[in-house]
Amino acid sequence: MEPLSRTSKAMEKFADAVRDIPDESSIAFGGFAAVGVPFNLIGALLKQGTRGLTCVTNGLGSGQVPRPPDTNMLVENGQVRKVICAFTAATRASDVLPFTKYYEAGEVEGELVPQGTLAERLRAAGAGIPAFYTPAAVGTELAEGRETRAFNGREYLLEHALPVDYAFLRAWRADAFGNLQFRRSQRNFNPLMAMAARTAIVEVEEPILPIGEIDPDHVHLSGIFVHRLVHIPPPPDGIWPTRRPERRR
Amino acid sequence: MSDTRGWNRQQIADRLAREFHDGWIVNLGVGMPTLCSNTDLGGRQIIYHSENGVIGYGPIAPEGKEDLHLVNAGGQNVTLRPGAAIVHHADSFSIIRSGRIDCTVMGAYEAACNGDFANWKVAGAKGGGIGGAMDLAACAKRVFVILEHTTRDGKPRLLRRCALPVTAPGVEKLVATNLGLFAPNGEGFTAREIANGVSIDEVRAVTGCLVTAT
Repeated sequence: MEPLSRTSKAMEKFADAVRDIPDESSIAFGGFAAVGVPFNLIGALLKQGTRGLTCVTNGLGSGQVPRPPDTNMLVENGQVRKVICAFTAATRASDVLPFTKYYEAGEVEGELVPQGTLAERLRAAGAGIPAFYTPAAVGTELAEGRETRAFNGREYLLEHALPVDYAFLRAWRADAFGNLQFRRSQRNFNPLMAMAARTAIVEVEEPILPIGEIDPDHVHLSGIFVHRLVHIPPPPDGIWPTRRPERRR
Repeated sequence: MSDTRGWNRQQIADRLAREFHDGWIVNLGVGMPTLCSNTDLGGRQIIYHSENGVIGYGPIAPEGKEDLHLVNAGGQNVTLRPGAAIVHHADSFSIIRSGRIDCTVMGAYEAACNGDFANWKVAGAKGGGIGGAMDLAACAKRVFVILEHTTRDGKPRLLRRCALPVTAPGVEKLVATNLGLFAPNGEGFTAREIANGVSIDEVRAVTGCLVTAT
């Protein structure tokens, strides 16, 4: 039978995959800790130099040593206007995120969002839901002056969907149509961000497979949400996570 | 630790972990809470959930055997137990918000006797680190808090009311410190257990509200 498409979404170079991203774009970056972070696409965006970005990400660094490209570097490179994330400061008071200095100085805006709310705002955007109510952050500083509503005797906070122009993802396997598989905790925010985006760009660890080579029952994200694929070359040309050094207490 | 009396970090975590019941789904926060997964609970089966979508993780992977695709909430390379499953972030927080987490253990800067606790923002900061703490605090069936009894300069962390912005109001059920295990009772803390070699008067001297014996 004819495959879903005769064309492939695969591209040769990370630079080609990010070349047309204009200033003032909003971009969601997948990943949690160092897993599923699109290091190579971030690296390409640092070189591409687009500015005025709104970045959506759980955190801004990966904790990797040596430090691979991360959203902190986009901030340091003067490319970012605003960050929407679950950490505008590190959890450990003694750690200082590079972003925090720019945020405290008022040079870059920040919007701090509880992690589950961030995930659900992205999910809602991808699901055609404009807003929802959640119990998270009710009764805290984050809820001050905002709309709440009681359902069944409990108070909930109104939150809005978070659509983005682009999503940068890292996946384990892809076929040329863009059907994706993630491995272990690599899935995290990645499928949600792709669904919230108009254009989803994916760096892929395994060589891109012919269309149909992933069992339909085992596709984690349908290729209809995916637009561009770039296979990650082995190091040193491609960026891969390394073992994380355990920090001393 | 400013105060070296009482339990060490692992002993604090052990004391709290012994409150876990067989079959509970437990979420451990970054830092000291992670140590709860080292506690030997005999035959009790605990299912550890991590906010990044890992259900049923096991011990930290031995050096050289790490799977770099698999981390817990603290970014440590963990292992999977037979029966484990992986979901995306929205499903992971569906588990949390729908009340399926029996217990969450979180570190904190302050814990108050009205059940408030604070763990996301320090004094004078503009930004903070929330992570999944607000979702977990608002929705887990039980919130256990683990912290050192005093600050580095000896000020109480167990207070009548939090001075720092709270993570969720009125939710904490148990508080474990180096000096003992405490339950907030509205007026103060009830000492469920005091660490060996520490007297209740010593606890009272470094607590910011009433401490009563059980």
